[in-house]
Amino acid sequence: MKNPRAIGIRITFLLLPIAISLAIGAALVIAVGRDPLEVIDALWKGAFKDTRKIGGVVNFWIPLTLVSIGLVVTFRAGLWNIGVEGQMMMGALFASWGAQYIPLGESLAPLLHLLLIALAALGGMFWGAVVGALKIRLGVNEIFGGVALNALVNVISIYLISGPWQPRIGGSAQGTEPFPTPALLPEFSARFPTNIFMIALVIAAFLIVMVMLNATRWGLNLKAVGRNMRSALLLGVATERTSLSAFLVCGALAGIAGSYRVLFTFDNLRPLASGGIGFLGLLVVLLLSIRLLWVPLIAFAFAAILTGSTRLQIALQLDSSLAGVLQGMLVLFVILFHGVQEVFFPGTLADDDTVEDSATSVSSVVKENP
Amino acid sequence: MDIELRNIHKRFGPIHANNDIDVRFSHGRIVGILGENGAGKSTLMKILSGFQPADQGDILIDDRIIDYSGPTAAIANGIGMLQQDPLDVGAFTVLENFIYGGAEGLSLQRAQAEARLSELSARFGFELDPHQPIDNLLIAQRQQLEIIRLLALGVETLILDEPTTGISAEQKDILFDALRRLAQDEGMIVLLVSHKLEDVIDLCDEVVVLRAGLMVGEMEMPLSDEHLTSVVIAETKQRLVTMMFGEELAAQSRPHYEIGAPVFSADALVAQDLRLDMQPISLTVHAGEVIGLAGLGGSGQELFMRACARLERINSGALRFDGVEITNASYRQLFRRGLVFGAAGRLEEGLIAGLTLTEHTALVADDKLQIDWKSVGERTAARIDHYRIRGRAADTIEQLSGGNQQRVLIGLLPDDPKLLILEQPTRGLDVDSARWIWTQLLERCGRGAAIIFNSSDLEELVTFSDRIFVFYAGRVHEVPDVEKTSIDELGHLIGGEF
Repeated sequence: MKNPRAIGIRITFLLLPIAISLAIGAALVIAVGRDPLEVIDALWKGAFKDTRKIGGVVNFWIPLTLVSIGLVVTFRAGLWNIGVEGQMMMGALFASWGAQYIPLGESLAPLLHLLLIALAALGGMFWGAVVGALKIRLGVNEIFGGVALNALVNVISIYLISGPWQPRIGGSAQGTEPFPTPALLPEFSARFPTNIFMIALVIAAFLIVMVMLNATRWGLNLKAVGRNMRSALLLGVATERTSLSAFLVCGALAGIAGSYRVLFTFDNLRPLASGGIGFLGLLVVLLLSIRLLWVPLIAFAFAAILTGSTRLQIALQLDSSLAGVLQGMLVLFVILFHGVQEVFFPGTLADDDTVEDSATSVSSVVKENP
Repeated sequence: MDIELRNIHKRFGPIHANNDIDVRFSHGRIVGILGENGAGKSTLMKILSGFQPADQGDILIDDRIIDYSGPTAAIANGIGMLQQDPLDVGAFTVLENFIYGGAEGLSLQRAQAEARLSELSARFGFELDPHQPIDNLLIAQRQQLEIIRLLALGVETLILDEPTTGISAEQKDILFDALRRLAQDEGMIVLLVSHKLEDVIDLCDEVVVLRAGLMVGEMEMPLSDEHLTSVVIAETKQRLVTMMFGEELAAQSRPHYEIGAPVFSADALVAQDLRLDMQPISLTVHAGEVIGLAGLGGSGQELFMRACARLERINSGALRFDGVEITNASYRQLFRRGLVFGAAGRLEEGLIAGLTLTEHTALVADDKLQIDWKSVGERTAARIDHYRIRGRAADTIEQLSGGNQQRVLIGLLPDDPKLLILEQPTRGLDVDSARWIWTQLLERCGRGAAIIFNSSDLEELVTFSDRIFVFYAGRVHEVPDVEKTSIDELGHLIGGEF
């Protein structure tokens, strides 16, 4: 980035999509007869009015950041892990099993929490490994495999909720009975209702993955496999193992995210407990063209807007999906303008922009053993 | 139409690929563009055909400055380029490709287009079935189609980049006849970019030579009829080589190493292919030995090599490597034991676009989780130096020229492999670079490595192989005495005369 013109173009292309999506959002609000400033005010209050609200934002941020970090890993390997939502759900299922059947009392609660989180990671890894094995062994594209497995885990969860894990009284498909208190992750305080251990875990995951991606052979292998699996194989990279490891890492992080939903956000297992956070993670990562550094920040912004949007309904009688519309537009415009910049001002992209870009294209299967 | 290029400059980073090129191409002339790899000839042709803009300079057509950008605009100005790998769409039929990129408007007017296609192919003696899918065609036929397509678009200047790579002698004669007629009968300009000096001498009226981005000379070629004796050809060749390299190259010979124990054997191997009827192939390779595989593209040699490296399916037969049965091993297992496959497509199979030279070095360095960037950096610098790569450690691989990418690829090969299986290791390289690559490969033979390679360059096969196997439609024939084989004889074998 040497000349001022290039910097100018970069800043323009950073701000323009944000401005356009805000403008269209404002136009939508005006079209239904409301003041856009009111909407912003409601969003802000909904997210940051007091520490309880901020706690709510953090509780959304934790699982979203975890899956987004995981998705950076799979995208780096050139894999579209749509199955991340199902991996979250499988983590939630594993944690729910542990919460109901591991007989550890209040005194051993921290140990129980560790066990449950480990179980959830295992569940997510298992579901990620299935997608990976389908792709590597049978040549099933990970997008199709992921979509199928997402559906499958939902069916399994509904079966468990309305079958073996049905509440004893008044059983329905709404959810299992609340888990025993020792299994639930504790709130830091009533005024700041979030779990400190999980926040620490997110930060640790972020730092570890950052180091692993940028400073280790594993990270380099992921990058090589993501950009050109055939060449990577010929250069001696264990391509199958590398792809699989990406699914395992992403699955583990998604599984932990899923456990947070059932062990903290809710207190039981519900259908669709993952709440679309996995898909939202895909948006976060695409928005950043797979750069890990900004994931926590953007995830926080997403979490704030979505948490804040619940207030739109109460304060303004506006549908809270307006926030989703805003986010969707933002992602679309960012990707659109990135493409425009690439075509018309190729010299102005940041160094790693073009590098990460092509990794988002769908890769075909290259088998180590034909 | 006459074309003039005036003061053309093009820089890629520190490299001055075209440095003040002034040249004129007159109608009805066939002009050879010569130069070693990285001399700037491809760059110049890409500028002329609109694939990339010049930094500075003018293109004049019939003494008028023409300003265009993009290949479509170049074609509209009457300039079309035939790429080394023809830019056609595999799933389309011949006719669809012919129409594609041509007529405006929604209706395709198939009947009219088909008539035009048949008329043009008949005129040049091309055999093109309009309803064949492109995937079924030979490279030569795809070239023919592309030429006809460009002619139908009204092109008056035709640029060909290495058109004789991968086509047979007979197909080359058809191509050259067509090009001569285009120049003589229709007054077209034909520009031929090639490393094959024989082709250039045979076909061209004049030659333009580039070296390190500069235009270093122009030369009239001897008339291509009865005057073209072998003495004249040899003299002309020597003069061209001197212009290209600034020095005379001695005839190449290779050191022969002691042939050791068998390292690799195929026993009645049948590789799986839907198009070819592959026959069982048996072959034993010894340490220090160089095995050359000859044959037209798609005759089964590529498939055989890939099957040997366990990159393609095997129907029946057995493979042994380093004393162990490997019929069901994976490529990676073989790689770790010293069998390395090098594919012809550098950026498709071999190098990874987006990764820097340093990152490539790190990939093949070792298996430790932590990368020692300091030692990797030193090793990269050493390789750039030793392999004379024009590029920097922090450059991504696609920024390098084709010849330099090939050098990187060779530099990434392990120092002491047991068996190298190489697809066209010097494809698209000039004489000097090709020799240099062979020096590097043969050094490894001296340390006990065996090599299996294929090539469309018969001279290369005869010069470097200890034994040659000729492939024709899935069948194999071993050339009895390589020392006594002539290029001519090999040419006949490749055509299936065995």
